[in-house]
Amino acid sequence: MDKIIIAGFGGQGVLSLGQFIAYSAMYEGKEVSWLPSYGPEMRGGTANCSVCVDNSPIASPIIAVPDTLIAMNKPSLDKFVNSVRAGGTIIVNSSLIADKVERTDVKVIYVDANKIALEAQNPKAANLVIFGSYVKHSGSLDKENAVNTISKIFAKKPKFIPSNIKAFELGFALD
Amino acid sequence: MKKVFEKPKMLTDVPFHYCPGCSHGIVHRMVASAIDKLNAEKVIGVAPVGCAVFAYDYFNCDMQEAAHGRAPAVATGIKRTNPDAIVFAYQGDGDLASIGMAEIVHAAARSENITVIFINNAIYGMTGGQMAPTTMIGQKATTCQQGRSVELNGYPIHVSEMLAQLQGPCYIERVSTHDVKHVKQAEKAIDRAFRNQAEGKGFSLVEVLSSCPTNWGKNPLDAMKWVEEEMCKIYPLGVFKDTAKEEK
Amino acid sequence: MEDKVLMKGNEAIAEAAIRGGCRAFFGYPITPQNEIPEYMSVRMPEVGGVFIQSESEVAAINMVYGAGGTGVRAMTSSSSPGISLKQEGISYICGAEIPCVIVNMVRSGPGLGGIQPAQCDYFQAVKGGGHGDYKMLVYGPNSVQECMDLMYNAFDKAFEYRIPVMILGDGMLGQIMEPVTLPPMKDMSKDIRPDWATDGTRFGKQHRVINSLYIQPDELEAVNHKLFAKYDLMAEKETMCEEYLCEDAEIVLTAYGTVARIVKSAVDMLREQGHKVGMIRPITLFPFPTANYEKIANMSNVKEIMSIELSMGQMIEDVKLSVNGKKPVKFYGRCGGNVMTAEDIVAEVLKEEK
Repeated sequence: MDKIIIAGFGGQGVLSLGQFIAYSAMYEGKEVSWLPSYGPEMRGGTANCSVCVDNSPIASPIIAVPDTLIAMNKPSLDKFVNSVRAGGTIIVNSSLIADKVERTDVKVIYVDANKIALEAQNPKAANLVIFGSYVKHSGSLDKENAVNTISKIFAKKPKFIPSNIKAFELGFALD
Repeated sequence: MKKVFEKPKMLTDVPFHYCPGCSHGIVHRMVASAIDKLNAEKVIGVAPVGCAVFAYDYFNCDMQEAAHGRAPAVATGIKRTNPDAIVFAYQGDGDLASIGMAEIVHAAARSENITVIFINNAIYGMTGGQMAPTTMIGQKATTCQQGRSVELNGYPIHVSEMLAQLQGPCYIERVSTHDVKHVKQAEKAIDRAFRNQAEGKGFSLVEVLSSCPTNWGKNPLDAMKWVEEEMCKIYPLGVFKDTAKEEK
Repeated sequence: MEDKVLMKGNEAIAEAAIRGGCRAFFGYPITPQNEIPEYMSVRMPEVGGVFIQSESEVAAINMVYGAGGTGVRAMTSSSSPGISLKQEGISYICGAEIPCVIVNMVRSGPGLGGIQPAQCDYFQAVKGGGHGDYKMLVYGPNSVQECMDLMYNAFDKAFEYRIPVMILGDGMLGQIMEPVTLPPMKDMSKDIRPDWATDGTRFGKQHRVINSLYIQPDELEAVNHKLFAKYDLMAEKETMCEEYLCEDAEIVLTAYGTVARIVKSAVDMLREQGHKVGMIRPITLFPFPTANYEKIANMSNVKEIMSIELSMGQMIEDVKLSVNGKKPVKFYGRCGGNVMTAEDIVAEVLKEEK
């Protein structure tokens, strides 16, 4: 079971990052739920989603104590940092978050996602860089399946596939 | 012997419940004969809430009884899922112009390929003579016993003129039933409104100025005279929209 | 696992409706169910069906009345304030015995309320909702797959009983994405209109009338009895309920819809801590699974039942009627669009154990 909260500004690809994880899990035959926060705003504002991945059916899709937090911006980190279970993982988008996580009972991974996305020639792919980092560090998803999932999701926009996979691979390569 | 008159096939043998001198009976017959002329295989009518609520017993075709004012929405649901049927709504002034104003405006705007017969007798009949949206200034009703006043009740609604402003409708005409000549004209208009539908031309509405001797407190003859002298003045007869003519 | 599809609850309902034979959708935009009309606007033309964005909720339900009255599989969807507007039409539909499906993705109220998940329309759904003596078959699915499965067969039930079927979800269920297995398309090519339908055909039959007006009291009373005989039959044949770890439970939690999943997690957590807790979940909210609750109330190991809802306490009334005083029935609820966590429920139950 991996309970993941992904949070950031609207427009950072927070919800789609959750969907990359959800699709990958589904294609592996795992059970999964993806629950977005929804509000009246159409653009901007904050966005978050809760993703549960498990080998047996998901009971509650609501996450109070996440195993993994992916914080794409500072307000999101501040909001959720203390809710992560001891021994859990926090992935921090260090491109937008200068602070270090003060907790010592969690594993923290800093990813300069926006800069790495530029290296992949796709400034919108910061969420895919993080996806790569998540797949590597969570161990809950198969890498090859994740790459295939990206191709499937972008099947209708094939020109974005190479740079998205590149961004994923760069994220996966990070320690 | 030569047959000079025959009851339309589209009417059942159930006797009308309408009051003496009421126009509903005449209009029912005209609607029925207009449909007879089309020889349609499939016909579905929608009855209103109001005096014509029992119209489902009188028309010899499948009928649905709609909630008050909703007949155009019900007719839309029927027509869209049964495009090969002739679909009509028969509504009074409270039904169409008060509680059902949204439904009639939007059915017209969508140019639903249906026929609407709108009975305007400037009063609520079935509930006992209350003020209608078409009650005229000064006209007495049980909820405006000194006569309709602009200060209290505002102005009557001219449905045909209003709907004619929309792009959607194909054909809108106001007719009357106060004498033989006008009944003949009304018959033509109603025929036309059904023919339009059979030809797929879109939304047609005929507003029929009608009498309500019971709630007006008049005898049938005086009621007819009142339609001619008072109603026709406020609600002028004529064609308000005819896209077939505009095309010419 | 390629045969599974990741779908939102709203989308699953729309697709299941199409696959279940729905060929007419009438609706008006309202959050949080907009994916249903949006999906339908694209999908309906592909199967030769009708989609109309109506001018109002009132018009939408009356379009369903018209289309359903001709024997076509027609539906509408909305959320709480919109469902209130539809109540007039629903009452007429019940009176005229028109089969159809109505989806309510409930949001918090009263009034304009909020757009977050709630279960505050339970009374409205199961007790009637509009004027007059009537009921609907009401399903409370708890997952995207259950949305799919219940919606897929909803029209069959609606036509079998000549009643409206309501799918009572919530904003969370509409927005959540989960993998689902899609059922095959039902073959509607040989769709024969039922013998009561006003299909418009003029020859070879008596003219048919769709109507809810009965001026003679005796006639209407007979109609009332006829409707309730159907509801009794439904109670016998259609009641659905899930029981989870009740056999040895001392405290039985009860909830429906998505809340029941949160409760299930709480039950698992409490069991891990050694507490004997179970859950009972009605899947049909009307007919309510009274017999299941009676059985639970009669079990000697059960000390207490707790109803957990996203409301100030609505289903609890049906629970109490079923339990009939045999065991205490407690309540825990959140409302206004707030959703409890499994941890919150655990804390509530532990209070009871003290």
